[in-house]
Amino acid sequence: MLLVPCPHCGPRNSADMSYRGEASSRPDPASTTPAQWRDYLYMEHNPAGWLRENWYCSSGCRRFFTVERHTVTSEFREPPLPGSKTALPLSKTAEAGAGTDQQGGEK
Amino acid sequence: MIRRLEPQSGEVIDRESPLKFTWNSKKYVGYAGDTIVSALLANNRQVFSRSMKYHRPRGVLTADYWDPNTTVQVGTEPNVRGAHRLLEADMKVSAQNAWPSLDFDIKAANGLFGRFLTAGFYYKTFIKPQRLWPLYEKVLARFAPGGVVDLNTPHGYHDKRYAHPDVVVAGGGPAGLAAAISAAKAGMSVMLVEQNHRLGGHLRWGTDQDRETADDLEESARDAGVEILTDSAVTGRYDDNWIAISQRDHPGVVERLIKARAKTLVVAAGLVERPYVFSGNDLPGVMLSGAVRRLINMYAVRPGNRAVVLTANAEGDAAVADLERAGVEVARVVDARAGETISKAAGSSKQLGSVTLADGSTVKADLLVTAAGWTAPTSLLNMSGDRPSYDPAAARFFPTALPDNVIATGGLVGDGSLDELIAHGISSGELAAQRAAAVKHRLRSTVTRAQNPQGPEPPVQPDRRIGLSRAPHPELYRSDTHGMVDFSEDVSSKDLVSAAAEGFDSVELVKRFTTATMGPSQGKLETVNTVAVLAEARGETIEEVGTTVWRPPYAPISLGALAGRVFEPVRVSSLHEWHTAHNMTPILAGQWIRPEHYGDPGAEVTNVRTNVGIIDVTPLGKLDLRGPDVPKLLNLLYTNKWSKLPVGRVRYGMMCAEDGVVLDDGVTGRLGEDHYLMTTTSSGAGQIWQWVEMWLQTEHPDWQVHVTPVTTGLTSINIAGPKSRELLMRLVDDVDLSAEAFEYMNVRTGTIAGVPDCFMWRIGFTGELSFEVHVPAGFGLHVWEQLIEKGADLGIGPFGLEAQRIMRLEKGHFIVGQDTDGLTKAPTTGLRALIKLDKDDFAGKPELEWALAPEAPELPVLVAITPTDPRLVPDEACQILREGTTEIVGRITSSRFSPSLQRSICLGQVTPEFAAAGTTLTVRLCDGSDATAKVMEHHAHFDPEGVRLRG
Ligand SMILES: [Zn+2]
Repeated sequence: MLLVPCPHCGPRNSADMSYRGEASSRPDPASTTPAQWRDYLYMEHNPAGWLRENWYCSSGCRRFFTVERHTVTSEFREPPLPGSKTALPLSKTAEAGAGTDQQGGEK
Repeated sequence: MIRRLEPQSGEVIDRESPLKFTWNSKKYVGYAGDTIVSALLANNRQVFSRSMKYHRPRGVLTADYWDPNTTVQVGTEPNVRGAHRLLEADMKVSAQNAWPSLDFDIKAANGLFGRFLTAGFYYKTFIKPQRLWPLYEKVLARFAPGGVVDLNTPHGYHDKRYAHPDVVVAGGGPAGLAAAISAAKAGMSVMLVEQNHRLGGHLRWGTDQDRETADDLEESARDAGVEILTDSAVTGRYDDNWIAISQRDHPGVVERLIKARAKTLVVAAGLVERPYVFSGNDLPGVMLSGAVRRLINMYAVRPGNRAVVLTANAEGDAAVADLERAGVEVARVVDARAGETISKAAGSSKQLGSVTLADGSTVKADLLVTAAGWTAPTSLLNMSGDRPSYDPAAARFFPTALPDNVIATGGLVGDGSLDELIAHGISSGELAAQRAAAVKHRLRSTVTRAQNPQGPEPPVQPDRRIGLSRAPHPELYRSDTHGMVDFSEDVSSKDLVSAAAEGFDSVELVKRFTTATMGPSQGKLETVNTVAVLAEARGETIEEVGTTVWRPPYAPISLGALAGRVFEPVRVSSLHEWHTAHNMTPILAGQWIRPEHYGDPGAEVTNVRTNVGIIDVTPLGKLDLRGPDVPKLLNLLYTNKWSKLPVGRVRYGMMCAEDGVVLDDGVTGRLGEDHYLMTTTSSGAGQIWQWVEMWLQTEHPDWQVHVTPVTTGLTSINIAGPKSRELLMRLVDDVDLSAEAFEYMNVRTGTIAGVPDCFMWRIGFTGELSFEVHVPAGFGLHVWEQLIEKGADLGIGPFGLEAQRIMRLEKGHFIVGQDTDGLTKAPTTGLRALIKLDKDDFAGKPELEWALAPEAPELPVLVAITPTDPRLVPDEACQILREGTTEIVGRITSSRFSPSLQRSICLGQVTPEFAAAGTTLTVRLCDGSDATAKVMEHHAHFDPEGVRLRG
């Protein structure tokens, strides 16, 4: 189970959190088109690499927060602050070749 | 003849403590410390099971946890590993999967079945014709392995534990013990997990000096404060070193699942001895060298009279010495290192008789011992992302690349003297401690707002351990004959060869097609032989074929341990005790236990319609909202307008998700200038709180709104019926409750039965004149009892959820999630007037705008429906069909018999074509017959003008 770095509570089990999906900004409802709106609602970009995503600390501080996670290594980093270009590493538990066979299942 | 030996210096049995037990209803005696299997062997019982497909008699193979042939039933517990489970007094042990019986000689039938039960047999044979499957199933059930599940088995107590050790060590052999000791001495909290009943690994069946070393290590580990778990297993390793441990040595608990978040994991799983593949390798009397050594040295059991030993390593040589010391005649030692091997074994179906060597000579023997090599149980390394690679010179797989927080030691990484293994364990424990310290530092500094008390993060320590060498070992997998590869699944090398010939070229496919490695041993014994046979069949190397991936669990874990205790809270209101004392029939609604009724829901309805009733509606979600920007929030969440709601007024609202689908509904009242109370559906309480927080935190963090969930802080009681005002007036002095002063959809704050600060509002879910009061929970029971007492002469009675559901259906009020589903957009409910598209923004607005555009396809419509037969109540979710066809045009979403109208009433969703009042519908009932029904003009079957509730 992933350790998710809540900025308020510190590292917590992902089961203590609600995953809110990829961070994307809500289109202006006054001017949005059906295509834009449904892209926002339903489409995930699912990259093999860094992904900005939202979590809700549902069993902890109950705050929503945004982090960047590497979908291959499960490394977390803080998203860049507005105006800055570099991201801050939050956890370096990057694991060689990890991520493909940890789902359990048949044997 | 197998028998108990004179006392052995390393035996684990207590000859002072004989234990009586039964095996297939016959009485035997063993000793404390015996496993079920060692006790039976000492009584000269050699056949423990019949194999899964061919029903061949099977004896001991490995005499440890992984033995595929000694799974037995103990009392009501099936699938017990007989070579691992310790004997207990009066144990009732029986064979399982022993059709037709353990002793019946089924040799004649064997050939018959053998011809049919080839690889893929089940897939090919039973796929067609489908109608015969019930017949096949009946026959196959008799063949099926596994024990008998007694449905009346008493519940065992299982538990869970969450642990946060610095280091978990998987495996309590010499290397694992040494690693645990050195990590603990470096200041780390260490958990050491061993699958066997004693620590020490292979030292337990070694020399006196070996056992002394094991005892010394064990004592040092205890002195160093290592937490030791025996008869337990690390069953999985997941992201960020989330470690699952099944513990069976915890007092009072059958099995406990420990979820440990380790900073580093040391894997010291040792090596598993591999069987050799040859014709007759599953005959009782064919054993691995480790089995023989365990039986002689630990259990003082002489495993046979006359033995042939195939040895490729020191363990095999040691087995020869053990056998000779135990008085077994060693007729022939076949040394694989000198190029010798065996060809096949033969005998009666129940006992080995002779062994044929590769040179063609035959030796009579009742015991054949093989020491053909090792399998590295790299499961936990696989789960850490490693892909072990094969070394032909050492004839086994080795780890390649591991993440920083997983460290392997012992037999998994190489060979060496005992001193070298211990030295490697010590340096592995030190490395684990150093890396754990770095992880600890990092976890603490992850709280970005916290001051970091520890200074800069220490660098990850590079691996500077002196490695273990790899001892050369002959590659010994299959003789020149075919034999069993997977003993638990009855898969032979011949099956694998024919699977390869059928075109299954990937080892993962062969595994699934033949089921090799999928039995209870989970590949520990079979995987490498499977790969080797496949490589041979395809003319490739083992490295080219590669292995299957080992997945969790490493060892089986019971469903009870996985379920553990239930952590889900059960919620009750402050009135629960009263309900219980007054004949409540409870119903579980979400997490809540609520009164469904108090005996007769129909009578409860009639009483509310005639007199007055009270219902406990505490589970209603309640959010206390304060701040100047609450109206903005309400405008955003609800589809209707909230800017002009005056103090003292209540309004109904419907919430949509961003896709326009109905999310929740309820009333919100304005209690003061900047103070509102929002109610949600009972089931939506948690979700809507999160929904509100999300909008405030992510989209509008500048809005000044403070949200406090007060669902259980207030006891909520709905007082409904024509006499409800009269009743409430008897308890309230400081609020004018008259129809003129306190109109429908208004809210007041006042004192009820002496309890100040109660909110009361007039709403009408039941369709009657009704007041919903929200009382500080500590006084809930007092107010409820006062209502009952003061209303006695008015005919007051409590009513439950069922009466409320009937009354709301009589009124045509829909329930979100019952009459709507995950596709129901807001206009379907009929509340078009509540969707204010002229607002700048609200959740779901764009979708509703498009859904209501003239060119958009029409949405389904929620309508009230009355069956033609007034006594017929169609089940909820019955489909509505276009007459004479099977085209589905709608469904019944709610249905009840109305005590007020004395007829059946329904709500349903239909396509627009069928929505007009008076339309005749065809309802397909659960029994397959059709009934007709009619669409009504109003949602409300009862009092459509709402005279009663406004009264
Ligand atoms: Zn938090």
